[in-house]
Amino acid sequence: MNASSLTSILIWLPIAGALLIWLLPLSRYATGSLALLFSLAEVGFWIEQAARFDFSGSGLQMGERANWFGDLGVSYHVGVYGFSLWLVGLTVVAMAACTGYGFWVGRDRPRAYFGLMLLLTGATVGVFEAQDLLVFYAFFEAMLIPLYVLIGVWGGARRMEATIKFVIYTMAGSLLMLAAIIVYGLKAGTFDLVDGPASASRWLFLGFMFAFVIKAPLFPFHGWLPDAYREAPPEVSAVLSGVIAKAGLYGMLRIAIAKFPDPTSFYRTTVLALAAAALVYGSLLAFRSRDFRGVVAYSSLAQSGLIALGLFAGTDLGFDGAVLQMVAHGLISTSLFLIAGAVERRTTTGEFRLLGGMARGRPALATLLMTVGVISLAVPGSASFAGEFLILAGVFQRAWWWSVIGASGIVLAAMYMLRLISAVLHEARGSTVVDEALDLRPGELALLVPLVGVLLALSVWPAGISHHSFFGQSPASAVRSQFR
Amino acid sequence: MTLHTTHIDWFGLAPVFALIGASFFALLCAVLVPRAVRRIAAASIAGAGFAAGIVLAVWLYVDSAHGHTIVSGAFYRDRWTALGQVILCAVGLATTLLGVEHVPGWGRNAEPERRDDHVAEFFALLLASAAGMVFFVGAANLMVLFLSLEWFSIALYVMCAIDYDLEGSLEAGLKYLIVGSFGAATLLFGSALVYGATGTISFAGIADKVAAQGLTGDSFLVLGLALIVAGLGFKMSAAPFHMWTPDVYEGAPTTVTAWMSSATKVAALLLTFRLMTTAFPHDEHLWSWAFAIVATASLAIGNLAALVQRNVKRILAYSSISHAGFMLIALSAGSALGGRALMYYLVPYTAMAFGSFAVVAARERELGVPVTLENLAGFGWERPFLGVAMWFFMFGFAGLPLGGGFVGKFYVLAAAYRHGWVWLVIVGVLATLVSLYYYLGIVRAMYMRPAEELQVQAGSVAVSGGAPPQETLLHLAVGAAFLVSFGSLFAVQPLIDFAQHAASALPL
Repeated sequence: MNASSLTSILIWLPIAGALLIWLLPLSRYATGSLALLFSLAEVGFWIEQAARFDFSGSGLQMGERANWFGDLGVSYHVGVYGFSLWLVGLTVVAMAACTGYGFWVGRDRPRAYFGLMLLLTGATVGVFEAQDLLVFYAFFEAMLIPLYVLIGVWGGARRMEATIKFVIYTMAGSLLMLAAIIVYGLKAGTFDLVDGPASASRWLFLGFMFAFVIKAPLFPFHGWLPDAYREAPPEVSAVLSGVIAKAGLYGMLRIAIAKFPDPTSFYRTTVLALAAAALVYGSLLAFRSRDFRGVVAYSSLAQSGLIALGLFAGTDLGFDGAVLQMVAHGLISTSLFLIAGAVERRTTTGEFRLLGGMARGRPALATLLMTVGVISLAVPGSASFAGEFLILAGVFQRAWWWSVIGASGIVLAAMYMLRLISAVLHEARGSTVVDEALDLRPGELALLVPLVGVLLALSVWPAGISHHSFFGQSPASAVRSQFR
Repeated sequence: MTLHTTHIDWFGLAPVFALIGASFFALLCAVLVPRAVRRIAAASIAGAGFAAGIVLAVWLYVDSAHGHTIVSGAFYRDRWTALGQVILCAVGLATTLLGVEHVPGWGRNAEPERRDDHVAEFFALLLASAAGMVFFVGAANLMVLFLSLEWFSIALYVMCAIDYDLEGSLEAGLKYLIVGSFGAATLLFGSALVYGATGTISFAGIADKVAAQGLTGDSFLVLGLALIVAGLGFKMSAAPFHMWTPDVYEGAPTTVTAWMSSATKVAALLLTFRLMTTAFPHDEHLWSWAFAIVATASLAIGNLAALVQRNVKRILAYSSISHAGFMLIALSAGSALGGRALMYYLVPYTAMAFGSFAVVAARERELGVPVTLENLAGFGWERPFLGVAMWFFMFGFAGLPLGGGFVGKFYVLAAAYRHGWVWLVIVGVLATLVSLYYYLGIVRAMYMRPAEELQVQAGSVAVSGGAPPQETLLHLAVGAAFLVSFGSLFAVQPLIDFAQHAASALPL
């Protein structure tokens, strides 16, 4: 098999799987197995892609280009860079775990559900691999369609408000991005991301950034976040915060920062301030949250802020740390939301006042939550410690006070994460925690252990990502060369 | 003294004659064919007529690389006409499929034995209106323009009122008749003024006269142009000439609505684009602004008014007003890119407009009451294929990248930007954002509410029970619409090439 066809396979295989599932009248069990098979095959193809990737080479790799419509210079152009490779990996791993979770809990209307999950996988991989602005936009929007239905159909009681808010917020951003894409592309004569020239237009930069800060989200564009993360089914929340949010941050790196160097430095302080605000404010909200998912949701806001801090620091360390932290946080928050789902299934609630004392008699749950929680609060030696340290060091080179704010965020992270761990696992036994609520079942362990295993592996060797994202040269110069 | 007879290129008019001929035979069915097989006989004739129309129009497209006028400069034989005719005949064929199982005239109070009374007349009218539209898109002078406009309009007036057992249908017919006649009168008055100013009715002749005599900005001409724009605005249901649209679309039998919302727009927009660029190129600064403003008004009114509707046909009617606004953006750009954008946009748009009304027709037949957001509850799960199709059409209308609607919007906005109108791009983008709310509202109603919420008044539901009717042909029509709108996302290049060849027939 040709190495570059792997790029397209990763996008279209799950979409073909979705169509297959919708067309075949299979039973619940067969549908779920087929979906899981497709998502595991996706992981396999990604491993093959990573194995064939040349980490010392520069520029776009495994690129594929086909004509879409020539008169405006739009083509189907896909390919991967080091950092997009890692994000594709995060996507396929997290989506496989979440699809498996949906299978484990036995979602209603399985054909619709699993088809949408696979469609979401394909669209998200497409976002990370697209090298043409219109293709990027199409996949960026296409993610919204399955998410809307997944939350709206399988979500909690207040799902209607959640979906409407989510859709209106994200579409407001992405439609402005569409306007910016049209202006940028027609001015440049091409919509290609690799060939496209750098632009000095601040308006265009803002058009793109608006979409990305909503998707990420950063303060004050996070209005959709708490509702969506609370009302979505847990595995969809996991995807939202673990993977979809990274699409916004990836867009900042790939498009906003790379293609708009002058506006980036013009607005650097503003974006850094918003990122710092997201970090501190998100951490405070997480600390004040009364439920499991609330803590994880707001901590995602904080983490998005931290990653944006690294990206807009514009230094080597900042970029490396941001990419590492994107992957690490993606895995952490996927695991946390899946654990939240497991807890909610056992106790019917995620509220702290009704929980507590779950560690007794449930060693697997306690161990996993403890491990993920400790990695998440960035104890030295963990993957997120490496990521956060790099980000803070990177932003320190910009100005020392940014890293002071960043460090305060890390202190707050310790506070809310320890509070979460103790409220769920320790303290007095909650009223909803009954003896019949079993420890994690083998099925759940099969989903969570690999995720945590990857996290531990990353903790052992964070340089696996942080030194393999920007091909040979230094990250900042790779960004300056617009990843050509 | 010798009498000069015009040379007539009969082949250039072949699609028109195919449809008129079929209409004639369908009408004969009404009296000659026994009632038991009348429906299937008339529908077959209609299907054959539209199929022949498609074949002939494709043939004309291939054979008319160098466009020219025929019949003494009264009719254009070129690719713009031919491509429009292909689209119109394809929609006609789909409407025929829909019509077989959803024959208007099946008034909800009509006795079963009277159901097929007027079925042949319906197909005859459908063919006649299609023939009028197919003639209309090729009009090369103001006389042919007016005649063919009246031709298809009169057929449509009757079609709207064909469910004469229903007050709503009669009301729709009457409303459309009155407003439509007013629009036609406006158009006629405008044509007279333009003729008065230039002394010619031929499109190309008007442009030549204006250039030769320096008539740009002449007050008669400008007034005439304004009235023509208004008259055509009624047909394409652009704001502020849209007032009839929601009422007529709601009241008319859904099959007729599906036909009107897709085909009439194709005819009106294609003709308007040709008329403006051919006859009034010297006043482009006037009409492009006029259309930009009409487009903005249509986008604003169509989208905002749709937000508060509960009746699905009314929502779709307002959505069609807003899409007229989008297509007018392409028109106002008045460039080759605008022409391409318009031609491309029409393909997924007609498919989605037709398809969505066809789905509404299925639900309407199932329930026996007008379809509202409330009684759409659970529809998506009950009829998976129609539900998915509707879901798809709604996302496509909203410009999400699930179908060609996305690329169409992109082209239209690109044309506006090329014309130097960034503000129009922003207007289009904001309108899309607003439109999401009601398009998603339909999806929400279909999928995200349990069927127990079904709020149908007791007694008004047709007592049938059991599985929904087998509607093979309706499914076929919806499936075709689905494939066209989905396929147009991927086959952009070939479609754009066709559109480009078509637009090269215009003097741009």
